[in-house]
Amino acid sequence: MKCGVVVFPGSNCDHDAYYALGHNLAQTASFVWHQSEDLSGLDAVVLPGGFSYGDHLRAGAIARFSPVMKAVKRFADGGGLVIGMCNGFQVLVESGLLPGALMRNENLRFVCRTIHLVPATLDSPFTNSCQADQALEIPIAHGEGLYFADEQTLDQLEAQNRIAFHYTDADGNRTDAANPNGSLRNIAGILNEGRNVLGMMPHPERASDPAMGSTDGLCVFQSMLNALVPAR
Amino acid sequence: MAAITPDVVAQHGLTTGEYERIVERLGREPNLTELGIISVMWSEHCSYKSSRIHLKKLPTSGDRVLVGPGENAGIIDIGGGYAAAFKIESHNHPSFIEPFQGAATGVGGILRDIFTMGARPIAVMDSLRFGMPEDPETGNRNRHIVEGVVGGIGHYGNCFGVPTVGGECVFEPCYDGNPLVNAFALGIFRKDAIFFGKASGVGNPVIYVGAKTGRDGIHGASMASSEFDEESEAKRPNVQVGDPFLEKLLLEACLEAMETGAILGIQDMGAAGLTCSTCEMGDRGGMGIEIDLQFVPQRETGMTAYEIMLSESQERMLLVAQRGRENEVFELFAKWGLDAAEIGVVTEDGLLRVKNHGEVVAEIANSLLTDDAPIYDRPATKPMRSAPLDGPLPAIYNSQQMNDSLSRLLSSPDLCSKRWIYEQYDYMVRTNTTAGPGADAAVVRVKEAGVSLAMSLDGNGRYCSLDPREGVKLAVAECCRNLAVVGADPVAATNCLNFGNPEKPQIMAQLIEAIEGIGEACRHFGTPITGGNVSLYNETLGEGIYPTPVLGIVGLLPGMEIPLGIHFRHSGRKLVLLGGLLPGSEDQLDRRFGSTQFAKVILGQTWGLPPALDMDYEKRVHDAMREIVRADLAESAHDLSDGGLAVAVAESSFGAGGIGARLRIESELPAQYVMFHEAPSRILLSLASDAEARVLEIAKRFDIEAPVIGETVAGQISISLNGEEAILHQIDGLKASWDGALDELLESR
Repeated sequence: MKCGVVVFPGSNCDHDAYYALGHNLAQTASFVWHQSEDLSGLDAVVLPGGFSYGDHLRAGAIARFSPVMKAVKRFADGGGLVIGMCNGFQVLVESGLLPGALMRNENLRFVCRTIHLVPATLDSPFTNSCQADQALEIPIAHGEGLYFADEQTLDQLEAQNRIAFHYTDADGNRTDAANPNGSLRNIAGILNEGRNVLGMMPHPERASDPAMGSTDGLCVFQSMLNALVPAR
Repeated sequence: MAAITPDVVAQHGLTTGEYERIVERLGREPNLTELGIISVMWSEHCSYKSSRIHLKKLPTSGDRVLVGPGENAGIIDIGGGYAAAFKIESHNHPSFIEPFQGAATGVGGILRDIFTMGARPIAVMDSLRFGMPEDPETGNRNRHIVEGVVGGIGHYGNCFGVPTVGGECVFEPCYDGNPLVNAFALGIFRKDAIFFGKASGVGNPVIYVGAKTGRDGIHGASMASSEFDEESEAKRPNVQVGDPFLEKLLLEACLEAMETGAILGIQDMGAAGLTCSTCEMGDRGGMGIEIDLQFVPQRETGMTAYEIMLSESQERMLLVAQRGRENEVFELFAKWGLDAAEIGVVTEDGLLRVKNHGEVVAEIANSLLTDDAPIYDRPATKPMRSAPLDGPLPAIYNSQQMNDSLSRLLSSPDLCSKRWIYEQYDYMVRTNTTAGPGADAAVVRVKEAGVSLAMSLDGNGRYCSLDPREGVKLAVAECCRNLAVVGADPVAATNCLNFGNPEKPQIMAQLIEAIEGIGEACRHFGTPITGGNVSLYNETLGEGIYPTPVLGIVGLLPGMEIPLGIHFRHSGRKLVLLGGLLPGSEDQLDRRFGSTQFAKVILGQTWGLPPALDMDYEKRVHDAMREIVRADLAESAHDLSDGGLAVAVAESSFGAGGIGARLRIESELPAQYVMFHEAPSRILLSLASDAEARVLEIAKRFDIEAPVIGETVAGQISISLNGEEAILHQIDGLKASWDGALDELLESR
């Protein structure tokens, strides 16, 4: 799998994604500068965490105007795999590639913590190698992670099986106490209609190495790998 | 230009004697711009005029020390061709006036100190001191300061992309009007790629990069060198405003620019801004620097030379590039969207010459601003102490009282979980944190070098208020013990000396005693001081803080695995108290108990002396501990510090598995001494199965006590003393009150 990790000014999980994909998964990873529109030869695009353009105005609000995002849109429209983690999710939402919005956490504070999430569908190129109902231990670190959308959109996401992950407790129960930021319906990640774009607030790249205490995040990247193999 | 009257001199914080020294050295009266420049460089903050002669007593060299004090940060060799730069610095005064920005720019400043040397910052820690959050009179303000400081640290570090991996936070009434915010940062680079703040090569361009200069922070260094009074609030414009995004760009641009080879020297603009960076770079290189202020990127119109030279606008760097290659530098900074401008040249005359539109507005020898700054051997008497030597006689407590004491201690501000604080910090970004907040020592792996670095911050103002020399030795010992617990060898140290007004002989005596104590302890534990910071005049309305020296010690650990943790992992494991029940503390125990958290929280008093420390014994405990870790003989290890044995047992029981302990102890001493005394040199171990004989053999070989005091059990903590139950708690309830105490203290009021 050839992955391009986009670097915006202010991206700071770019190296972590690069390391997880390149080292832990032993795939080919490269960096893509925000002013580039060239995504040729890539199997997947990664929008990493961080504070693109300082998150000035709103998280992800300025990144959507960058040259690279035009290319990412075309790439996604062509069926290419795009994963946005944390700030990457915020950028995808601001760019209109995913519905809804990410608002400030319910308690208005940044939160860094290892939480649990359960895949809500295995029918996606990002969850196909995960196990249903198995709580994954993956960290979050964000100030604006409250997933918000109107009721109709939420219903539609559910009806179309486009919710990728829910926040849960360690036993996989979707409780209020297990919701770290007040996201509606405990939503931690969603898919686009074509199911080739995933946005999630948790950081699977931080749970991809035994030395980080959990390798539960690997199944997300492994799923992408699985999804790509038959296409070749 | 305004005339220099005695009033103007006084407003600049200079004494008459100092002004006379200026006139004599210059051979003429300074103009106002020159007076401003000299006054910031001669301020306590920049010149260390009260502490300098004493700081010379510290050990500064060691096998792994590549760069000692005097540079932007100290540097140690970590093997594999790599080096680590680290330093701690205070931002106390700004954090009192404007907690969020004050703390944020404290982090920003220390990060620049690291990457100005060419290192990429990979870890930050903070040592914080606040007034009591529950105080009926000052609590509101104290909580506001805590919230602002924690928010500011998180804001800056999170956005910059450096993990805040640990630290400490203490609450005492003496920090009511004077919180302490000490920020530590560590960075990594190749050993052959170290940059210095040094000008070289006559005619080479002096280039300004980063944020534009504004009127913020003018006289910040002088502000940090005076006591606070009711008018201090009006100094708010003196506090700089930070932009971590800009700093992140500056980091990436600087590191890329350094790789081109076009940069010869570089220094950040911190305290005293353009003034400090120009004269120090010139001085270190034995050169002069001439700049013209018309080329300095400015955020506001109509700034005077005085304002531009003294501005402490953040996120700025000064560098000297090779003539002819300056375009490479400009192009790189343009790529990152940053201002870069040639503002002057390197000269050979050893002067700082400042022009404005071609006209000379200041001309001062670099040496006058640096080495020639006044140095004082201030009078010192005996260290100030306000607590009595003797306290109440030890009472007899029943089991109920002991149980209550333990839960009260665990939910007190100093000992409760600091989750409310550290969850606001991204402590994992860069995926190197193998032991984060809550561990005895923070550990980050260095992927490039295949090793790990352990680091610990420690200080104890209460101990130091009772005996500065012994108190600070205990802090050094605890830092080194924390490193030993994870199996690391201590390598080198940095220190931040937070004290009151040095012009008071009793305060000066505290400072001298503490510096000498650091010297003794750092020599003993083999941790030379590679840099640091002195923050004096920590007084508000004449009320001084506890003398609060804070140590940051860095250790080296082979490999990159998750280190030994503090939590019990399985039930049925033997518990060993490495170091013994109360080593060396029998002497004056009634007095020494007066410095404990038990005395402070349960009895509401402080008296006596700090715990007794035998540094030889302490070091043998560390050596034994490292051998036990490396032979994989322990499943958990936690050092005993604030709150003593019972608190350490409880903290070790607060892991995810709900494994607690059953202890059986025999002792003639009062129960509270056994459970809560804070004797050093002790580590609580749960052993790997079948490891007892080997652990005891190691302890014997190092000639230290290692009683087997019980075993791990599921769900509860029970401690019996001489066969009678002294403490019995279910873990769940105890853990909940420990875990939620800070939320409650800070939020539900």
